[in-house]
Amino acid sequence: MVDTLTPLRPEADDPFVIAGVTLGSRLFIGTAGYPTQVIMRDAVAASGAEVATASIRRVSLQGHGSDTVKILKGRRFLPNTAGCETARDAIMTAELAREALDTNWIKVEVIGDRETLYPDVAELIEACRHLVDDGFVVLPYCNDDPIVCQRLADIGCAAVMPMGSLIGSGMGIANPANLELICRRMGVPVIVDAGIGTASDAVIAMELGADACLINTAVAKADDPVRMARAMRNAVQAGRDAYRAGRIPRRGRAEPSSPQLGLVGS
Amino acid sequence: MKLTVNGQAREIEAADVAALFAQAAEETGSTDPQGVAIALNGRVVRRRDWDTTPISEGDRIEIVRAMQGG
Repeated sequence: MVDTLTPLRPEADDPFVIAGVTLGSRLFIGTAGYPTQVIMRDAVAASGAEVATASIRRVSLQGHGSDTVKILKGRRFLPNTAGCETARDAIMTAELAREALDTNWIKVEVIGDRETLYPDVAELIEACRHLVDDGFVVLPYCNDDPIVCQRLADIGCAAVMPMGSLIGSGMGIANPANLELICRRMGVPVIVDAGIGTASDAVIAMELGADACLINTAVAKADDPVRMARAMRNAVQAGRDAYRAGRIPRRGRAEPSSPQLGLVGS
Repeated sequence: MKLTVNGQAREIEAADVAALFAQAAEETGSTDPQGVAIALNGRVVRRRDWDTTPISEGDRIEIVRAMQGG
């Protein structure tokens, strides 16, 4: 049994704020694809995440429906528009999500292709603009492209969620240079969404300056999801600390760390 | 009357949205309205308005539920 410590809250001098709400963790946890509902519940607890994602589906479809909401009571839901291929469908899904979960937060996902699940940027921007105007707190899943992220921030998105790499791929941070550029330039929080495969990927994202990570598959499909959830919690914290502490420059030669005077035998 | 529920043509007698939800809940076995949202002809009907929103022949209805997601 992995212990579920109290959440590692962001430090007082380093609050994590989205749309005026101070969040208790820099890890957002996904709730899909766990072996059982009990493991999902325990993994979410072990992750220390305050925000948990959810999807919106027609009731006739199979799935652990009502249980999900009950099990995660007390956490902040971030419903998504996963699977939508048009702005129109994403907007309708967001409106239904707002009613179903009593939240105006929405992760907007408009995919352009079922094989890559890459965002359809034109439809995404249209959906986000409409939803911002309609009073939603909009968090778009988007490309790791500084200009796309800037456009989304400009139209009023509360954060941007660039991909580390393809959804569910576990390929990690495919383009660290892009991600660092995005983190440096963005005036809104940057949450790395998709592609994180293991704890070191989350550390890298945070060291590059990300404000948070959204992780699902890497936890849900791990051999021991609860342990991986804890690893991700620690990774996000470690990466944030390292980012704030400031890494040493890389050099191409050795630099002794012990004093060079008073060596025995010299 | 003929309705389209979640994209499927159905023959259902229900005076209002609340009655329709009750029937759907019976079919699916999940009667808890928590996490559920309903749209009538493309517009979300707030839960508090379910029992005062009538349903008519030919209406298109979406009944959705929050579930696990990433």
